[in-house]
Amino acid sequence: MSEILPYGTTARRGETFSYLPPMTPERLRRQIAYLVSQGWNAAIEHTEPEKSFSNFWYLWKLPMFGEKSVERIVSELEACHRANPGHHVRLLGYDNYTQSQGIAFIVYRAGSR
Amino acid sequence: MASSSFEAGVKEYRTNYWTPDYIPLDSDLLAVFKIVAQAGVPREEAAAAVAAESSTGTWTTVWTDLLTDMDYYRGRAYRIEAVPGQPDAFYAFVAYPIDLFEEGSVVNVLTSLVGNVFGFKAVRSLRLEDLRFPLAYVKTCGGPPNGIQLERDRLSKYGRPFLGCTIKPKLGLSAKNYGRAVYECLRGGLDFTKDDENINSQPFMRWQHRFEFVMEAVQKAEAETGERKGHYLNVTAPTPEEMYKRAEFAKSLGAPIIMHDFLTAGFTANTGLANWCRENGILLHIHRAMHAVIDRNPNHGIHFRVLVKCLRLSGGDHLHSGTVVGKLEGDREATIGCVDLMREAFVPENRARGIFFDQDWGMMPGVMPVASGGIHVWHMPALTAIFGDDACFQFGGGTLGHPWGNAAGAHANRVALEACVEARNAGRDVEREGREILTEAAKDSPELRIAMETWKEIKFEFDTVDKLAQSNGARGMSHV
Repeated sequence: MSEILPYGTTARRGETFSYLPPMTPERLRRQIAYLVSQGWNAAIEHTEPEKSFSNFWYLWKLPMFGEKSVERIVSELEACHRANPGHHVRLLGYDNYTQSQGIAFIVYRAGSR
Repeated sequence: MASSSFEAGVKEYRTNYWTPDYIPLDSDLLAVFKIVAQAGVPREEAAAAVAAESSTGTWTTVWTDLLTDMDYYRGRAYRIEAVPGQPDAFYAFVAYPIDLFEEGSVVNVLTSLVGNVFGFKAVRSLRLEDLRFPLAYVKTCGGPPNGIQLERDRLSKYGRPFLGCTIKPKLGLSAKNYGRAVYECLRGGLDFTKDDENINSQPFMRWQHRFEFVMEAVQKAEAETGERKGHYLNVTAPTPEEMYKRAEFAKSLGAPIIMHDFLTAGFTANTGLANWCRENGILLHIHRAMHAVIDRNPNHGIHFRVLVKCLRLSGGDHLHSGTVVGKLEGDREATIGCVDLMREAFVPENRARGIFFDQDWGMMPGVMPVASGGIHVWHMPALTAIFGDDACFQFGGGTLGHPWGNAAGAHANRVALEACVEARNAGRDVEREGREILTEAAKDSPELRIAMETWKEIKFEFDTVDKLAQSNGARGMSHV
C-alpha cells in the first residue's frame, strides 16, 4: 500500500488542456494544425484573469476566417500576448456547421509565463 | 378497398393488412418488428396480425368499420425479411399513417405500437426493432430542452468530452457527507457529479437537504477552479407535482442541471419535465433504469434504439448509452448506432449498426450520450476513440476508488482525458497507442500514475447477450 498524498488546495484551471503541462511550441503547432485541418476558423480571445468566468472575453481583432497558415495563427497569438501581457489568451476554432467551437484552450495563462 | 357491405365473422388479417405492393409515404411512421410466430401461422398472416392489432384492427369484423375510410387509417405490413442466423424468426415492416398518432406524443405512439399486440396469441414473441419517425412528426415534438451545442456554450467547455462521476455508496450517506464527496470530485477536475438513480428522497437523506449541500459544493468548486460545474440533482419523484416542486427548488439554488429517470417515471412525466427545463434554462440528464427489462431479450420487447428515439422526441439533454468497454451489456456497433441516433441530424439506414431506416431529425437538438458503468482510466483511450468529443464519460468507482480519494481520482481522469484528446488531435491512433499516451501523461501526474497501477488488471470480457443479427459476417463488426 503506497503512501497517501494529500491533494492540496484547489488550483485555478482553464478548461481544456489546463490539466496538462503548459503547451510547448511544438504541441501548440500540432493543435493549431488540427484546428485548420478540421476546416474551423481560428479566433483569439483574451481577458483579465479576474473576469475569466464570463462567457465573453475580449475578441482580438476578428476571427481569422479561412486562415490556413499555422505560423500566422501563432504570430497573432504572440501579438495578442505582447499587447496584453497580464491577460489569459485563448485560441478557439469556430465550427460554423455546429454553430459551436470545435476546440478552445488557453495558450498564455496570466502569471504562469 | 374495404368491402362495401357488412359481413359478420372472422377474416384472416392478411386480407386487409398485408399489402406487399404498398410504397410507404414520407409521412408514414414505419416500424420493423422481429416476429417468432406460433407453429402453423404463415409469416404474412402473423405480420398482418401485428399491423392490424397495433393500428385499426380487431379480431372480428365490426359494422362501424364501414362508417370510416379504413383504407386510409389502416396500418399495413408491406415487407417481410429473414433474420440472419435465426430461421424461426422474421422481420415484418409496417407502415402507419401519421394521423393515427396524437402530435407530440410518444406516449400515444408507444401505446399503439407496443400495446396489446405484445400479448397477442398468434405470435410467440415479438420485438420492436426500429421505428422511423417522419420529419413531419418530429417537428411536433419538443425534443431536448437545450441540446449539445447550448450545453457547451452554457458550460464553456469545448473540444473534449465531459467527465462525470456517480456518487457512491448509492444509498445511505447523509446530505453533508454526500456534498463532501461531490466537492472533492469537482475540485479535482470533473465537470459533473451525479445522483445515483435510486437516490430520490429517503429517510437517510431528504431531497431538500441533499440539494442544499450539493449546490454549496458545486459553487465552491466553481469559485476555486474557475470552471463551470454541475451535479445532476435527481428530481424523479412519486408524483408529477412533487417532481416539479423539486425542480423548482433546484432552480432556486442555481442548479445548472437536474436529472430524471424516463422509463420508471414514464414518458408523460418526462415530456412535461423536458418542457419545464426548456422554459427554465436548465439542462436535463436522463437515466434509463428499467431499460434492460425492455430491451435485453433479443426476441421480445423493444430495442434500445427505439427507446433512444422516443427519448430524443420526449426531451432530454443527456442519455446513458452504454460504454462498449465497461461492465454493462452493449454490442459495439449497436451502441455506436444508438449514439448516432442521439446526436446526429440525419442517420442513414445502416444494418451493420442495426439501423433499419433513414431517420431525419431536422433541426431538433442532439442528446449527449453518457458512457457510465465500470470504466476507469485505462478505458479512456478507447472511449475517446469510440465516442469522440460529444459525450460524457462517467467514472464512479473509477474516481471514488482512487487510493488517494475523490479529488485525486478526478484529477487522474481529467489528465488522462486531456492527454488522449491532445494525442488524437495530433494525429496519433489513440486506441492502439493508449498505453504509451497514458504512461507519458502520468510522468507529470502522480494521481494518474497511481490510478493506472490500481486498475491495470481489471477487464470485462463477457460476451454480449443481444448481438446484432449478421448475415455470414460480411459486415465485419467486431465484438469487444
